[in-house]
Amino acid sequence: MIPEIGQFALILALSLAICQAVLPLVGAHRGDAAMMNVGRSAAAGQFVFVAVAFACLTWSFIANDFSVLYVANHSQLSLPTIYRVSAVWGAHEGSLLLWIFILAAWTVAVARFSSGLPDAFAARVIGVLGFLSVGFLLFALLTSNPFDRLVPAPADGGDLNPLLQDPGLAIHPPLLYIGYVGFSVAFAFAIAAMISGDLDRRWAKWTRPWTTVAWMFLTLGIALGSWWAYYELGWGGWWFWDAVENASFMPWLIGTALIHSLAVTEKRGLFKSWTLLLAITAFSLSLLGTFLVRSGIIVSVHAFATDPTRGFFILTFLAVVVVGALVLYAWRAPALDSDVGFAPLSRETFLLLNNVLLVVATTLVLIGTLSPLIIEMATGGKISIGPPWFNVAFLVPMIPLVILLGMGMHAAWRTQAASPWLNTLKIPAIIAIILGVVIPLFGYGRISIMLVVGCAAAAWIVASALIPIIRSLRREKGTAGITRSALGMSIAHLGMGSFVIGATIVSAFGVESDRALQPGESIEVAGFEFHMKSLGNVQGPNFSAIEAEIEIRDDGEYVATVRPQKRQYLVQRSLMTEAGIHPGMDKDLFVALGDQLGNGAWSVRIQYKPLIRFIWLGALIMALGGLIAISDRRYRSTAKARDKVPLDSTKTAEAPA
Amino acid sequence: MKPRQQRMLAVGLAALGIAIAAGLTLRAFQDNMMFFVEVSDVVAGNYPSERNFRIGGLVVGGSIERQEGSLDISFEVTDTACTIPVVYSGVLPDLFREGQGVVAHGRMGDDEVFQADKILAKHDEDYMAPEVADSLSKHQQDIADAAVAGAAECRSNDS
Repeated sequence: MIPEIGQFALILALSLAICQAVLPLVGAHRGDAAMMNVGRSAAAGQFVFVAVAFACLTWSFIANDFSVLYVANHSQLSLPTIYRVSAVWGAHEGSLLLWIFILAAWTVAVARFSSGLPDAFAARVIGVLGFLSVGFLLFALLTSNPFDRLVPAPADGGDLNPLLQDPGLAIHPPLLYIGYVGFSVAFAFAIAAMISGDLDRRWAKWTRPWTTVAWMFLTLGIALGSWWAYYELGWGGWWFWDAVENASFMPWLIGTALIHSLAVTEKRGLFKSWTLLLAITAFSLSLLGTFLVRSGIIVSVHAFATDPTRGFFILTFLAVVVVGALVLYAWRAPALDSDVGFAPLSRETFLLLNNVLLVVATTLVLIGTLSPLIIEMATGGKISIGPPWFNVAFLVPMIPLVILLGMGMHAAWRTQAASPWLNTLKIPAIIAIILGVVIPLFGYGRISIMLVVGCAAAAWIVASALIPIIRSLRREKGTAGITRSALGMSIAHLGMGSFVIGATIVSAFGVESDRALQPGESIEVAGFEFHMKSLGNVQGPNFSAIEAEIEIRDDGEYVATVRPQKRQYLVQRSLMTEAGIHPGMDKDLFVALGDQLGNGAWSVRIQYKPLIRFIWLGALIMALGGLIAISDRRYRSTAKARDKVPLDSTKTAEAPA
Repeated sequence: MKPRQQRMLAVGLAALGIAIAAGLTLRAFQDNMMFFVEVSDVVAGNYPSERNFRIGGLVVGGSIERQEGSLDISFEVTDTACTIPVVYSGVLPDLFREGQGVVAHGRMGDDEVFQADKILAKHDEDYMAPEVADSLSKHQQDIADAAVAGAAECRSNDS
């Protein structure tokens, strides 16, 4: 009964989504206020029904209703309740429902906080979001229904993939999806602006906070995924340039470019058509990412053939969204750009370079990700592109990006005089050169060109990002301090510095060693002594495990005890490695059990990972920077003041920054 | 800067960036592309001898041998028609076991033994790397044909 209610709720949500897509757009075109207002109510109704459907699927999991095919395939009686809930988005059908749910939630948020927007504009935004909902709901109902029944119902389910039975992975997909789907709001704002033909600085001001929030969640989602891969996949890497990871990284890179380009559009009324193009691209890449990964196309063209209806639907939907948006763009965007100039040395120039470099980086990642697919289709040859290629290719745009980042932060809008600017940059430059040599040489005892570049880059970002904060702290009483949005920018850049130093040091000085070890024996790795005290059996709710107790000492001094496990999950009979990690800001010590070698010995992988926490900490700080930036007063005022002035693209464009 | 100059600058920079990127991509691609070679092709001698490549297939039942207490392991990989010996030293993935699909990165040694430097067995037991699945299904067909024609199952270059 419950699954049927869920199914029915989804169908109702689809009919409301159709109203939400059609009526406000027609109403905005005709200037019919009643039709425009339907959008908000339809969005609210759609959200309620999607929430009901989501609750029904969750209930089916909690109640172990194995007559639902999706539940039978991805849950099991002894699965802990928390993982029965997260199993809802453990595979294709459920994660699609989660996606729809999050889209509905974003739409309701837009409807709620759009009272400051002109009615016609808000109606168009909601209409575009409704159109996206229709596409996804149709996709779910026609090809990937999570409520399909299984008759007769089995006595027990097939269990959730043990890899997904982890708190990190329980919240990773929702965070990532909130980010992905959040770009649909920027996309809808862009489409609405192009339909109405009006795009001014206020448009950028409205779009910015939504984009920043989506970007924050995507940042957190990716960082959590990286952290999960580090401790749960068991082998201690933090980024593998895997197709699945790249699919989430490309929208992030374009989203980052979009945030910077929106800053120019808001402050100076420039880069309008470029900003629109980035908004379209960010969302298109999100779509590409989610679906190509979920459908398995990116792994191989052959996966495409396993479910032609799904593949066909995805391609059609992508084509409608992307081609439709681009046609609209080609038609409307050329008229939007305004005739405002800027000097070669100005913040605009640096932000332009930032955008070019981020787009180049995205293109490289895209080429690396898709080329195996293209080569296979063209020649039939099967190749793979290894991480070494990505590591080198990605650094090419990243090194100039990092250098320009520090310079651009201190350039003024419109035009910047060279000498005071160079004066400001002197101190961070000196700090960067000194620390670039000192950190690797005295901190870790080795030096190379790439190490100096990496450490100097990190110090350069941190020092130049700290200048505005220090200036604000030392200002005279009564003068204005740093604004929230400038503070947010500085903090996000500090996060970038943290990431760069972490990535540099861990790639250069990380140690990884596969060894044989038996109880009572000790081995030395990276100057630490790893002593296996004992091996024993432990029982979990749905697994049994062998657990080693390993004591780590540094020069005879006790550091920590870690307990890596080798788990056997009882239903799927699969083995899982649970690493034993001694975390620390300065280093992680990581032990994973391999397999039994005979003679009571086990193979173990021992790793020393200096500063690896700075990588994820950096992502956290970046997201915090975004949070501070959107708390700026000027965004709150738009939400409150109801502004009925029609959009005008020329009048406000020259106002001071 | 005048808007027109701006646009020229933007287009110029973008073109330059993409040109550099494309150049680098093509250069580095050559070195980093890793081909997948079917076991039968390896046995027939059709593999890149100077560089790493990937092989894949099933781990032959009963072929896993390990020296007690050591990380060195040897086993055989088959595409159901031909079989090649593989050696590896290190920690194996959780799903590595006899009869399961496996992908190995490495190169051919002089002794006709594949020296693996990386072993992959995927996260999911139902999942098999697509190139492995392809290779297996293709050769299973060969076996059927061979049974009818009475031909040798594995055509190596020495036979």
